[in-house]
Amino acid sequence: MFQIRIHGRGGQGVVTAAEMLSIAAFKEGRHAQAFPSFGSERMGAPVVSFCRIDDREIRLREPVQEPDALIIQDPTLLHSIDVFNGLDPTGYILINSRRGFEELGIAEFAAKLPAHQVCALGATDMAMKYVGRPLPNAALLGGFAAISGELHIDSVADAIMEKFPGTVGKANAAAARQAFLEVAQHQPEKRTAAC
Amino acid sequence: MTEPTTHQRIRFYQTGTHTVGNRLLDETKRTVQASMARANSITSGHRACQGCGEALGARYALDSVMRATEGQMVAVNATGCLEVFTTPYPETSWQIPWLHSLFGNAPAVATGVAAALRVKGKGHVRVVAQGGDGGTADIGFGCLSGMFERNDDVLYICYDNEGYMNTGVQRSSATPPTARTSTTPALGDDPGNVFGTGKNLPLIALAHNIPYVATASVADLHDLEAKVAKAMGFRGARYIHIMVPCPLGWGSASDATIRIARLAVESGFFPLFEAEYGEITAANKIRRQVPVSEYLKLQRRFAHLFKRGPDGEEDRKGLDRLQQMADANIARFNLLSDGAAQGTSP
Amino acid sequence: MLKQLEGSQAVAETVASCRPEVVCAYPITPQTHIVEGVGALVKTGSLKNCEYINVESEFAALSVAIGASAAGARAYTATASQGLLFMAEAVYNAAGLGLPIVMTIGNRAIGAPINIWNDHTDSMSMKDSGWIQLFAETNQEAVDLHIQAFRLAEELSCPVMVCMDGFILTHAYERIDVPAQEEVDAFLPPFEPVQVLDPVEPYSIGAMVGPDAFAEVRYLAHDKQLQALRLIPEIAEVFKDVFGRETGGLLHPYRTEGAETMVVALSSVNGTIKEVIDQMRFDGVAIGSISICSFRPFPLQALATTLSGAKRVVVIEKSLAPGLGGMVASDVRMALAHEATPVYTVIAGLGGRPITMASLMEVFEAATEDRLPDMQFLDLDYAAVEHEIARARATRRSGPTAENVLRRLGPQRPAAKT
Repeated sequence: MFQIRIHGRGGQGVVTAAEMLSIAAFKEGRHAQAFPSFGSERMGAPVVSFCRIDDREIRLREPVQEPDALIIQDPTLLHSIDVFNGLDPTGYILINSRRGFEELGIAEFAAKLPAHQVCALGATDMAMKYVGRPLPNAALLGGFAAISGELHIDSVADAIMEKFPGTVGKANAAAARQAFLEVAQHQPEKRTAAC
Repeated sequence: MTEPTTHQRIRFYQTGTHTVGNRLLDETKRTVQASMARANSITSGHRACQGCGEALGARYALDSVMRATEGQMVAVNATGCLEVFTTPYPETSWQIPWLHSLFGNAPAVATGVAAALRVKGKGHVRVVAQGGDGGTADIGFGCLSGMFERNDDVLYICYDNEGYMNTGVQRSSATPPTARTSTTPALGDDPGNVFGTGKNLPLIALAHNIPYVATASVADLHDLEAKVAKAMGFRGARYIHIMVPCPLGWGSASDATIRIARLAVESGFFPLFEAEYGEITAANKIRRQVPVSEYLKLQRRFAHLFKRGPDGEEDRKGLDRLQQMADANIARFNLLSDGAAQGTSP
Repeated sequence: MLKQLEGSQAVAETVASCRPEVVCAYPITPQTHIVEGVGALVKTGSLKNCEYINVESEFAALSVAIGASAAGARAYTATASQGLLFMAEAVYNAAGLGLPIVMTIGNRAIGAPINIWNDHTDSMSMKDSGWIQLFAETNQEAVDLHIQAFRLAEELSCPVMVCMDGFILTHAYERIDVPAQEEVDAFLPPFEPVQVLDPVEPYSIGAMVGPDAFAEVRYLAHDKQLQALRLIPEIAEVFKDVFGRETGGLLHPYRTEGAETMVVALSSVNGTIKEVIDQMRFDGVAIGSISICSFRPFPLQALATTLSGAKRVVVIEKSLAPGLGGMVASDVRMALAHEATPVYTVIAGLGGRPITMASLMEVFEAATEDRLPDMQFLDLDYAAVEHEIARARATRRSGPTAENVLRRLGPQRPAAKT
């Protein structure tokens, strides 16, 4: 089973991100479970969502305690919430930021993980470019597909377009594909740099 | 919107009910109740008190609906006197389909019945919901307003005897000021019910802009039947508020029910009017105005208003204020025609 | 058809395919997505011959359903928590009148203090109202139970509550096989009422019953629940034939063969429990679990049979009888009335607190060693409660309990500005 935890703030599409991941997995014939950390909805409040992917029925219902991958949609959370809690030592981190890990103040932590599994990605900029709104979730999912290899980018793009029909979906899918390409080209020795 | 009237307004001066317009009228002009072919929605054998205004009003109202709908109706009843005395375990006096659910939900239940009938393709079967003043103005108020707001196709009839009578005469929001009830006893410096701001259900119904609102009285049964029949000509939410004296709760003689109801109307204390879509369309003029005290005198629930103090004088405060209420109704609904006899000395 | 979608949405689509004729909606978290989903299907015309009524309160919602059902229409509504309490009078009324209404409960805690998250307090408050209560373990089961519920309700003339965990199921995206309209039509015939308001054959419904006959009428309600015990597995069998899935029924045993320790629970926590059972079985522990699906009627016989051989029973429940212990545990105890088997109560997950594999593992291990107290609260912050108890003892005007506890639990949080 592969477990993903997504951190962000209300209004950034954290919950939708988990849902889209689960749809992408479904399209690949796999089982997936996505759910939020359940709270009153309020713009700007920290939000956590979870996604589990497996090849058999997922029965576990607890929040993801030991994620295999972390997606951090809002880097301002890095020093106010323990976003890395429980992260598997062979896990993945994808952060929405144009800054490197040194600048973000997490270089030491990131160094403990395999280099090609951690990445900072300017997803909000990508979203602005392709969609015209600062919603980084789609781009981050594209980045996730690249960094983890857990999902095909086509599944991710299809999931995005299913969730957001029409031009909005296409634009978000384009952002995701772009992110996928950029992360896929990421060089291990440049792990402290932005992807 | 005027419809050809099926009854002829003849002025009757006699007391009693034996000849309320019927034997002296052409058959076509008689009340539904006068006909042998009447539905008897509530048949005889029910357990209402002698002189019960509600039994009288309900019988007239429902048979009028039955005639207007050619027998295609369902009745929903709130808990209360009507429900209790018509279904004395193990019998029922209802000859029509009838549902009693709870005290406060008759309007909502009726909404559900109406929706079901529509969806089943039986839209020609009409729904009447009914309750007392307690079930309508108090505990059922939320549901009533909801039904009005949705304009559900329900005629709601409120039988207003101004208190929770079935449970032992407790005060409701329809109880008039100064009236004695078991929760507003005639004791102390301020005997009886307080002077609040009042809760005028007909005006509240009117404010919802529903198709038809009317007040009616068992003093004018032709008028009552006609208003019910008229209401059934509309689709959507309709409300009829009938004043029904309660000999037990009001402390009145069981043969004085209709007389008391008439005095309530003729004093202006209970105005008879109609409204459509939020606008008043008609009001029944007072034939011969009487002071409110004439109406109050016949009811022991107001007896303390007439008690003489140590100085031998009646305490006029309560009486004066009640007269003011009646006068306000007269003004508001323009109940006096220019030639009407004025008899306002209280 | 296999879909990946939110539990609520799946339920909405399934309820729609059950061809309800009157649906009433009043919003309350966490069931809102369900009625919104059904409403959308009515608006778009996908769900035909259905009146969707926006009511002014939950009390009105169930009252509308009562009227509709009594007039012969298939009626449905959904609620949770405070809403269920607000319609409490109507809940008993519907059962007493024998109206086959189906209602979804998105299980949620009841205040005060106000809490929007999952536990079973709401359903438990109405457990003895005469409604049938079915608890879904997964969203698939939630979907399937609704279809079974309409058939069960209408065959028995008894209202049915389908209970699904708020948020945990309602707001979770899962892979669900949403049945096709033809499949549902094959399983669920049109509603044939036992009693109906009809001018053609008028009768009075809802009259008073006096001391002479009330007990008999109540006995018949009791008997109806006993009939349900027989009917529920039957309907589940037919469902299996039509849909090819085993869902519903009275209870689901999991690896109970030869189990010395048996865990009993309702609804979604069973998924997590099964993960723990698997791990412990792998380590050679003779442990199994039972998910109770039909909580009302309570399957005394079936449970007693499944539990025979157990040396001990652990009940994990999301409901608390203050001062007493567990509600489910009491019923389980009754199933074992003639046995000396210890039944341990574990109150867990109240107000949405997650129930983790780690915590369950600890409890189950302690159980196998008979180290459990009769009743305990899982993952309780004992320091916090002891502090509050001491504080309340020390000062008369110690302030509202809930706020005091919150303040203590979150010293690093910015003070709430309300």
